[in-house]
Amino acid sequence: MMLLIRLFEEALEEMFSRGLLHGTMHLSIGQEATAAGACLALEKEDLITSTHRGHGHCLGKGAEPYKMFAELLGREDGYCRGRGGSMHIADLSNGNLGANGIVAGSLTISVGAALSFQMQKKDNIVLCFFGDGAVNEGSFHEALNLASLWNLPVLFLCENNQYGMSMSSEKSVAGESIASRGSSYGIDSIQIDGNDVETVYESVASYKNEILSKGGPKFIEAVTYRYRGHSKSDRNLYRTSDEIEYWKEEKDPIKRYIGKLLESGISEEELRDIESSVKNEIRNAVKQSLDSPLSPVTNLEEDTYA
Amino acid sequence: MPELTTGQAINKALSLILENNPTSFIAGEDIGVYGGAFGVTDGLLEKFGQERIKDTPIAEDVIAGLAVGSSMTGTRPIVEMQFSDFIVNAMDPIVNQAAKLHFMYGGAVNVPLIVRGASGAGTGAAAQHSQSLESWFCHVPGLKVVTPSNPQNAYDLLLHSFVDPNPIIFMEHKLIYKIKANVKLNDIPKESSLLGKAEVSNEGEELTVVSYSNMVNVVKNAISTKDMENHSIEIIDLQTVSPIDIDTIKKSLKKTKKLLVCQEAPANSSVGTTVISKIVEGDSFNDLEVAPKLISGLHSPMPSAKHLELNVIPQEEDIINAIKSML
Repeated sequence: MMLLIRLFEEALEEMFSRGLLHGTMHLSIGQEATAAGACLALEKEDLITSTHRGHGHCLGKGAEPYKMFAELLGREDGYCRGRGGSMHIADLSNGNLGANGIVAGSLTISVGAALSFQMQKKDNIVLCFFGDGAVNEGSFHEALNLASLWNLPVLFLCENNQYGMSMSSEKSVAGESIASRGSSYGIDSIQIDGNDVETVYESVASYKNEILSKGGPKFIEAVTYRYRGHSKSDRNLYRTSDEIEYWKEEKDPIKRYIGKLLESGISEEELRDIESSVKNEIRNAVKQSLDSPLSPVTNLEEDTYA
Repeated sequence: MPELTTGQAINKALSLILENNPTSFIAGEDIGVYGGAFGVTDGLLEKFGQERIKDTPIAEDVIAGLAVGSSMTGTRPIVEMQFSDFIVNAMDPIVNQAAKLHFMYGGAVNVPLIVRGASGAGTGAAAQHSQSLESWFCHVPGLKVVTPSNPQNAYDLLLHSFVDPNPIIFMEHKLIYKIKANVKLNDIPKESSLLGKAEVSNEGEELTVVSYSNMVNVVKNAISTKDMENHSIEIIDLQTVSPIDIDTIKKSLKKTKKLLVCQEAPANSSVGTTVISKIVEGDSFNDLEVAPKLISGLHSPMPSAKHLELNVIPQEEDIINAIKSML
C-alpha cells in the first residue's frame, strides 16, 4: 500500500510536469506509513475523514487509482465527476467521507459521524486524519472537547509532518506536544513514530479495540515528514535540504519497511515482483484515465442542490 | 385548530418530526432543561430524553460541524444557534462544508440538516444579538434560506425544511415568536414543495409590496391603518429567501405595475436588492410604471436604546410614505 501511494503520487507529479493537470495538489510523499498503517487497521464500514493531503488516505481506504486519476483529470469516471479534484475526493462506498480543503474542516464532521455511530449503536469507529496545522484552529478544540464529553467513537490521528505550509509546528504549537492537547481534554493520547508502518497499524488497532469495548475518543500524534513542498508553488525556503535529505535517507517509511521484510526472510525477488505489479497497476490506471471521456458540461446549477 | 404562538408552533413541528423520525435529534445551547433561550424547545427533553435533545457546550463551530457529519451518515440533525448572530462562529461548517459537499463530491452525499436561529431586532438586544444575516447565506450556492413570518408558515416551513435533502438555514425573527394564531397542524409532507414558494398574503390591485420575515407583519399593519384604507395593496411574503420565488412577484406586477420591497436588513447586497435586480433586468421591467423602491434597515449596527433602534428599523410610517409616494 505504501508503494502504491508513493507511485500514485509520483505519477501525478509526472502528469503535472507534462501539463496534464489543472490546479495544484498536495503530495504526501514521505508520509505513506500513516495512511497505510492506519487504514489497514480499519474495516470497510469504519469511516475516515481526510485532509487536503489526502491521496494516501483515499487509497488506503480502498479507492481505485483509476477513478482517482480520472478525478484529477476532470473525467466523468472520476470519484466526483471532476467537481472535486485533488482536494475533495470522497469514496463513500469504501467508508471515506471525503478529503477537505479547509484545515481542521473535517474535525467537527468526524464528531458528527461518530455521533451517528453512537446513536445507531454500530460497532464502528470514525478515524479523523488531520495535520499539525489543524491543531491551532478553534474547531480542533471544540471537536475534541465535545467528543470527549459525549464519549464518541472517534480516533483523532494527527499526521504531524512538522510544517503547516511554511510554518513549523515548533514555532506554531504552544505547550508540551500535540499529543498533550488530546490528554488535556481527558482523551487517551500517544505520540508515535509515524514513519514506522507497523507502529502506526498497532497503535490504531489497539485504540480501535479500546474504543469499541469502552467507547470514547482516542488521540494519536504520528510524527512524520513530507519530502515535497506544501503544494506545487512551494520553493522550500523555510527548511534546509539537509533536513529533507536526512528524512529521506534515515527515516523513509518504505525503505525501513523493506529492511524489516528482508530481515524477516522475504526475498529480494519477491519484493521486486511486488514493485513491478504495483508499477503496472499505476501505469494501467494512468493510461485508462487519460483515455476516458471528460466530464460533460451540463447545468452545474442543477448539481448544486440535492 | 389550536391557537398557538409561533414559538409553540415551531415546538409542535419539532415534536412531530422527532416522533416520526427516530434518526432525528436536536442539538444546541440551552435547548434541554432550559427549553431554549426563547422557549422554543420547551418540554422536548422530558418527552424525548437526552439522547435526542442534546445540550451542547457554547461551541457553535462544532454544533454546525456535528450537523454536517451526522447528516452525511444517516441521522437527521436540527441544530439551534440560539441568537442567529452566533452563526458567525459556525461559518466554516455551513459555508465551506454543508453548502458544498453534495456538489463537490459529485452528488455522492446529501447533507440534509437544519440550522435554526433567532434573528432580527426590536428587543433592545443591541448590535451583536439583533442582526438579520439571511443575505449572507443567500449568497452561498448549496444552501436554502427560510424566513417564516407567522405561526402557520413557521410550522409548515419547518416540516418542509425537514424533508428537503439540502442544508437549510431557518431564521426565526424574535418578534414573531409571540404572535398568536390558529394553526392547522398539518402532517409531515412527502416533499419540500413549500420551499422556494412565496405566498400572496394580501391581494390588491394598486401596488405590490414584497417582504419577508417579521417585516411582513409591519407591512400588514401599515396597510391596515386609516391612512391606507382607500388603497388596494398586494403583499407577497417570500417565505424562502433562497431560492426566491420571482415568478409570483412577476405575476403580481403584471397586475399592479408597482413594486416596493421592505426588509429589516441593511440594503447592501441583500434580498431586496436581488428582488429588484431580477425584476428590472427581466421582462417585468416593461410592466413597471414607476421605479421600484426598497425600504431597508439603516447601514448601521443595531443600537440598544429603544428610540435609536426604532430609527434603524423601517417603521409603518416609512412604509405608508413610500407607498403614497409611488401611487
